[in-house]
Amino acid sequence: MPAYIQNFIRFRPLLSELIARDIKIKYRRSVLGVLWTLLNPLMMMIVLSIVFSNLFKFNVENFPIYLLSGQVIFNFYSDSTNTAMNSILGSASLIKKVYIPKYLFVLSRICSSVINLAASFSALLLVMTAMRVELHYTIVLAFVPILLLVTFSLGVGLFLSALVVKFRDVMHLYSVFVTALMYLTPVIYPMSILPSWMVTIVKLNPLTNYLTMFRNVMMNHTVFRISDLLIGILEAGIAMFIGLFVFYRNQDTFILNL
Amino acid sequence: MEKSVIIKVDHVSMKFNLSSEKFDSFKEYVIKRIKGQVSIEEFWALNDVSFEVYKGDSIGLIGLNGSGKSTMLKTIAGVLKPTKGSVTVSGSIAPLIELGAGFDMDLTARENVFLNGALLGYTRSEMQSYYDDIVDFSELHNFMDVPVKNFSSGMVSRLAFAIATIGIPDILIVDEVLSVGDFQFQEKCEQRIQNMMEHGTTILFVSHSIDQVQKICSKIVWLEQGHMKCFGDAKVICDEYRRS
Repeated sequence: MPAYIQNFIRFRPLLSELIARDIKIKYRRSVLGVLWTLLNPLMMMIVLSIVFSNLFKFNVENFPIYLLSGQVIFNFYSDSTNTAMNSILGSASLIKKVYIPKYLFVLSRICSSVINLAASFSALLLVMTAMRVELHYTIVLAFVPILLLVTFSLGVGLFLSALVVKFRDVMHLYSVFVTALMYLTPVIYPMSILPSWMVTIVKLNPLTNYLTMFRNVMMNHTVFRISDLLIGILEAGIAMFIGLFVFYRNQDTFILNL
Repeated sequence: MEKSVIIKVDHVSMKFNLSSEKFDSFKEYVIKRIKGQVSIEEFWALNDVSFEVYKGDSIGLIGLNGSGKSTMLKTIAGVLKPTKGSVTVSGSIAPLIELGAGFDMDLTARENVFLNGALLGYTRSEMQSYYDDIVDFSELHNFMDVPVKNFSSGMVSRLAFAIATIGIPDILIVDEVLSVGDFQFQEKCEQRIQNMMEHGTTILFVSHSIDQVQKICSKIVWLEQGHMKCFGDAKVICDEYRRS
């Protein structure tokens, strides 16, 4: 068995401990505890859907659901990449003292975000039921765009976490970048209001593709096109490749820059 | 039975770049690069050190401050990768490099036991079986549900020592940790280390107290400014060290 798989098996308990720690610390000393993972997105969604059913009416059917599905996807991306980016820096004291495969820190943050994603996804389903939106069987296919998005985010997270150790500026730059990215992803607005040159730019954004696939199965009851799927796989693959490459090239020098 | 080599340190050198060359910001890096100020000020913390440790031996590392003892331990523990040369370790390592490094201050002692155990590569169920032993040894029965941030430093190190020394690891790394706690606890720690040695654990021991080193170790590596001054039998080198 290759050494890195053996190593992963040895440290797999650590992965679950790290994820448990992230969740525990977040809800420490709150009365409702872990229930907040579900309640928080649910309450957010209720507020948003009340506001947006009366305000800003784009010509979109079920606009609140359109917006919420966009939020679920985009918030996952922004949350997971941001926490993953800071994971190596935040674990500096450990990395300096004990040998641990370093990608575990990034992976654990992505996994905690996936748990939050599962909660907000359930909240979305609840809101859809409450608003009497038809739940079509294509919803089971939602795991495909989500899986691709998680892989994509892991790649981006690995890349950023390695970069931020060398250049702390990346942290500040990235928060601006994420804000820009949000407006380049059709979270709030429908694609149809954009001028055609903007459509091209927005479509170049990998998140647009994942979000469109997600909305297709959730709201439009259609299965995504094979070509979209292939592009999605390709983009996730490229992100993973670059992320792993940069991370592995630099991981031995982390300790010198922490 | 012939003793097998458990740690092989082969011509290890470790280079650090001093802080003049460190950049926290991208702008700084680009500007200095253009100005040609990327001066490389090198510092060799270790220089061509090699020795072999046999299974069951206990090795002491001695030397003044800054002689490279901790760097040596870190390369053996796998935290640092040597710039040149190689370190081969066959067996499990329990690092005691700095007590409490793996604690999350916001978690309770109980949660930290499991987190720390996982850092050392133990599963939850294995830790469950060691749990009572850890509580007993650290004498923290009433404090297991208190967040570690409220602990005194003595309590933290007692807990950390108890966790790090569970089971019988192949190699135990002890870096100046026996100076913590009161003398009773120190004695308890020494006893535990002795007990491990009887079970065939290899000990790597760093301390400034030459008496402690002589008591525990059978062989000694003497480092001086990154070079290995000598390597050999404990008694001979200890006497020489005292004289210098």
